[in-house]
Amino acid sequence: MRRILAVCLGLGTAALAANDLLINGAGATFPFPLYSKWFNEYNKLHPSLKFNYQSIGSGGGIKQITEGTVDFGASDAVMTDEELAKAPDIVHIPTVLGSVVIVYNLEGVNGLKLSPDTVSGIYLGKIKNWNDPALAKENPGLKLPATAITVAHRSDGSGTTNIFTDYLSKVSPDWKSTVGIGKSVKWPTGLGGKGNEGVTGLVKQNPGAIGYVELAYAIQNKLATAPLKNKAGAYVKASIESTTAAAANVQVSDDFRVSSVTDSDGTGAYPIAGFTYLLLHKDQKDRAKGDAVMHFLWWAVHDGQKTAAPLDYAPLPPPIVKKVEALLKQLTVEGRPVQFAKS
Amino acid sequence: MLSEQAANVRPNFFTRVNVGDRAYATVLSALAGAVLIVAGLIVWVLWKSAHTALATHPLQFIKGTDWDPVRQSFGALPFIYGTLVSSTVSIIVAVPIALGLAIFLVEIAPAAMRPLVSFPLELLAGIPSVVYGLWGLFVMVPWLRQSLEPLLGSTLGFLPLFQGPPLGLGYLAGGLILAVMILPTIASVSIEVLKKVPVSLKEGSLALGATKWEMVRTASLPYSRAGIVGAIILGLGRALGETMAVTMVIGNSPEIHLSLFSPGYSLPSVIANEFAEATDAMHTGALAALALILFGVTVLLNSIARLLVRAVGRGATRS
Repeated sequence: MRRILAVCLGLGTAALAANDLLINGAGATFPFPLYSKWFNEYNKLHPSLKFNYQSIGSGGGIKQITEGTVDFGASDAVMTDEELAKAPDIVHIPTVLGSVVIVYNLEGVNGLKLSPDTVSGIYLGKIKNWNDPALAKENPGLKLPATAITVAHRSDGSGTTNIFTDYLSKVSPDWKSTVGIGKSVKWPTGLGGKGNEGVTGLVKQNPGAIGYVELAYAIQNKLATAPLKNKAGAYVKASIESTTAAAANVQVSDDFRVSSVTDSDGTGAYPIAGFTYLLLHKDQKDRAKGDAVMHFLWWAVHDGQKTAAPLDYAPLPPPIVKKVEALLKQLTVEGRPVQFAKS
Repeated sequence: MLSEQAANVRPNFFTRVNVGDRAYATVLSALAGAVLIVAGLIVWVLWKSAHTALATHPLQFIKGTDWDPVRQSFGALPFIYGTLVSSTVSIIVAVPIALGLAIFLVEIAPAAMRPLVSFPLELLAGIPSVVYGLWGLFVMVPWLRQSLEPLLGSTLGFLPLFQGPPLGLGYLAGGLILAVMILPTIASVSIEVLKKVPVSLKEGSLALGATKWEMVRTASLPYSRAGIVGAIILGLGRALGETMAVTMVIGNSPEIHLSLFSPGYSLPSVIANEFAEATDAMHTGALAALALILFGVTVLLNSIARLLVRAVGRGATRS
């Protein structure tokens, strides 16, 4: 008995080897499945490195990195000026892209197409029925019923809502002035569902309903989605490729503070897309941890991108990866820049 | 000598001789005090984060009907209203059923049947609320939309309570799911209370020629009134604070409507929905203020209920 105990104790100490490094992170729930895959893969390459990521939501991620309780934060939206004022040395590193797709439930109607005007009209409560002239003009071949549109939206604060309202604000001045952009907004109309599954539930159950969910969720649950007319005038279906294409031609600032990729240029670009970010202090105070985080990020935007698509996340396009490289080279550990393996 | 013995039998708290007794009493008082301290700390922490939202116009906040996180305009009334309406619906639906069930099991059903019903009843009480919510969303809400709400609309549609399009989601759905959830609580406590009614009392009323129903009405129910009110309060407490199941079926729309068919919102739901992603101080402050209001509503209703229990209890001894 005593021997067994001794063996157990021995194993216990072996698992907690002295040179093990634990990196703590917290934040967005949307990229969590991909991040855990990354942590797992990276741990295989660097067995002494362990990650602990709490998917508590973007708001929590921003709070914790600001208070310095974690080594990195994660958020689906860039920090506001007010938030950055409390921690001006935080930088945003985009890791992957997500997009928002429009799903609907109309019996006997297949291939509904939507435009910025009709989407914003429906969510503003101005287009109330499916046989509205604006929708009919958009879909000449379809026989749209004379039933009311049930609008479904997220009730919980969400990065998905942030991207969707960012898009609506860009394409509709009316939306911008009456509702605005946010993770929770005052919806002019409709029912609220909690999470992607809540919105999907509302849409599936209510004939004549329309809603929005994130791309990965729509792909995995095989939902009927509506192609959207983009800035170039082409109707684009949401997919991993069209989401990556949305970020290819977009103008972003070097620090990614201005990095909205909604309603972007390019014929293949899907118009409702957005980055998700890791939040990091510009100068890492802890040498070992700082080095580890930096090299992990370098790996994530290069090799890590290959694991994105199989998990239904859209990888970053090459121009954005170049920008991230430049940004990472500006960051420091104990005041010194980090030497990365290769560019 | 005799008087000294009497003093030993009922010793005063402060004049106890035994050190162990005194230490034990001190520890217990500290534990009892801790409950108050924790409650106080909760209020203090909530107040600390809520004062940003409440500082300027506390009354405006409570009376306000606008909830717009983008423009930082916050009002609590739709949530207070939704919480009270859904809880009221749940009590109205659950109490008669639970009470009927309890009376049937204790007074009418054969004794062998009691465990057959009380075991699943306890099981029901142990089901996690998210499971109730899923059942509500996928089974109850479609039934409400297709069957119950059109029926209520066509028969009782002259009442403003049952007007409007049958969406399924709304106050009625929230109230009904709560009714299902609090029914086991109310029923099982009522069963215990009714079992405590002395047999002599019941036999007495039967001997005076009362029928079974008259016996229940004149002997069992008056005797156990206080306990039954207590059971209802327990149920109400759960209904007020229930978050997950209500969130999934109430429609999550911060508006005030008289019709039970329309979507609404409740205090715990909005906190659960928005807190995780709320970043600016004003928004989190407003949510903390809602929590404070929920705390206040719970304290208020519990106090009223306590007064009710006392009044009812006094009534029982008088009759």
